Amino acid sequence: MITAGVLLMIPIVALMWVPSYARIEPELLGFPFFFWYQFLWVFLCSALTYTAYRLTLAARPRRTPGESIAGPGPDGSDSTDGDR
Amino acid sequence: MSAQLAVMATDTGINGVALAVLIVLFAIVTVAGFMASRFKRADSLESLDEWGLGGRKFGTWITWFLLGGDLYTAYTFVAVPAAMFATGAVAGFFAVPYTIVLYPIIFIFMARLWSVSHRHGYVTTADFVRGRYNSRALSLAVAVTGFVATMPYIALQLVGIQAVLEVAGLGGGDNIIAKDAPLFIAFALLAAYTYSSGLRAPAVIAFVKDILIYLVIIVAVIYLPGQVGGWTEIFGAAQDKMATTNEATGKPTGTFISVDGTHWAYATLALGSALALFMYPHSVTASLSSNSRNTIRRNAAILPAYSFVLGLLALLGWVAIAAGTNPIGLDGEPNAQLVIPQLFEDMFPAWFAGVAFAAIAIGALVPAAIMSIAAANTFSRNIYKEWLNPAATPAQEAKVSKLMSLVVKGFALIFVLTLDKQNAINFQLLGGIWILQTFPVVVFSLYTRWFHRYALLAGWAVAMVYGTVEAYQVVNPVTGKNFGGSLGMIPGLEQMGYIAMTAFVLNLVISVVLSAILNAAKVSNGEDETIPFDYIADADDPRVQKDLAQHQSHEDLYGDPDDVPGNAGAR
Repeated sequence: MITAGVLLMIPIVALMWVPSYARIEPELLGFPFFFWYQFLWVFLCSALTYTAYRLTLAARPRRTPGESIAGPGPDGSDSTDGDR
Repeated sequence: MSAQLAVMATDTGINGVALAVLIVLFAIVTVAGFMASRFKRADSLESLDEWGLGGRKFGTWITWFLLGGDLYTAYTFVAVPAAMFATGAVAGFFAVPYTIVLYPIIFIFMARLWSVSHRHGYVTTADFVRGRYNSRALSLAVAVTGFVATMPYIALQLVGIQAVLEVAGLGGGDNIIAKDAPLFIAFALLAAYTYSSGLRAPAVIAFVKDILIYLVIIVAVIYLPGQVGGWTEIFGAAQDKMATTNEATGKPTGTFISVDGTHWAYATLALGSALALFMYPHSVTASLSSNSRNTIRRNAAILPAYSFVLGLLALLGWVAIAAGTNPIGLDGEPNAQLVIPQLFEDMFPAWFAGVAFAAIAIGALVPAAIMSIAAANTFSRNIYKEWLNPAATPAQEAKVSKLMSLVVKGFALIFVLTLDKQNAINFQLLGGIWILQTFPVVVFSLYTRWFHRYALLAGWAVAMVYGTVEAYQVVNPVTGKNFGGSLGMIPGLEQMGYIAMTAFVLNLVISVVLSAILNAAKVSNGEDETIPFDYIADADDPRVQKDLAQHQSHEDLYGDPDDVPGNAGAR
């Protein structure tokens, strides 16, 4: 779960750190760095989010279909990640 | 070709062919909107519910396609490129990082909101807050904010429609009534069919809209850059324009890329908008309508791809600079909001310009309808039923919702007619200033009850006042109107930043400090009706299944507005 959280934080930190990409060189296909770098993050973010999704799926215990889960779950602690 | 272009560019009169295409497509959609109410449940395979249930069986690709159609609205087609055209990258391109960081953020908290909502039958964020703290006041604060913040967002959609109509040559004349008549007509039609058909109207129109929008986007981003000499040429023209001096302010016209004094503005605009979007009633309704908590997360992974096209559309504002587009309104004044419709009229054959106009106009109508329905539902559920008439029957509640969907659009119209339309993206940013102040109340409460209800209320109240006053004090240097922008000085940093974020930090500080004091003083923090398990329940939970079944139809006030599970709602 911690790994998933870190993966999700990466694009946020990278894009909020504007001085790291606010420049024109190197250009790519006529696009200044400022623009193509942010376009690149579209795909990086998608990949990171998908990885985080797979991680949360794996971390969540599977339940058998017949099992009753109407009441409080076995993991009744007030967890702050809540993704298990 | 170039002679023809020149003629068309200088011709600000009525473009007959484009206008005819626009009107025909608009009429088809309007009829469909009214017809939507006549679809009967389970009468035939053609019925809407069948279509809607079919929607729940859609594979990832079709869902992805439908989702995208929702994301391209007047914000994307009119406001963002206009901001790029007028004042450059910091004012417009922040929409790209905004729509990227949006998804990790919702990935984190939306699944918890989904689970607790379906365990307890919550359909608005105000419902959740009421259950979590048993606080009617805090719940009211969240409901009112959602209702008010949606108005400028709807106003932005109306500005988009007006821009198209104006470029098509409608809305001329000297007196105020004739000038705004086409807008009033479009508005009245929208109001009438959402009133009569409710959620069914946007669901029926959404498909037509998506096809038109994709057609126009694909053609625009592939065809147009080549017509003006390629991307190097486009960036060169934009760089030249942004470096010129603005006569009104004596400063450069705009920013080609973010520079030293604008990094904070760029980052706070992106982050503030991203945090704010999923607090809007229409976004919450759409997210809660998904069939499992993982649907939202899966969508969060595939939706960023749309930000790529959003970025290309933003750059169309600079394509217009390279193309020499001159957006002059029918009143003879320059109006940056007209730049994309004008670019389309100049560069496309008349018939395709008409299709593009219709795509923009319909692309604005659908979200306007969804937003007004969601805001109205918040009003009827959390204000009317909670405070004014607790004994209200479902029929009365529905009636109030219908009336309020008119009222909220009426207020949006007032925004359009009174505020400064030159900077339409500011409408969305103004709504963001307000709605972001509900973020601590809603999102933090999903994880902890350490925050005290009175502290959250105080933080919200101070931040709302601060944000509104700050935004009011921003005066447009050209027009002299208040609410002229959304950037203010960040105290302590002496840098310009998005007012919403400054207010948000103020909100946080007050909430934390007062919570510490109130908790130490052992002041009651209200009854909590939720249990930890509520926040991790999934669709396999019987209580969740019962709740999901309840909100499946378009007859239900709180059903899915457009049959796309777990979508972001319109931007």
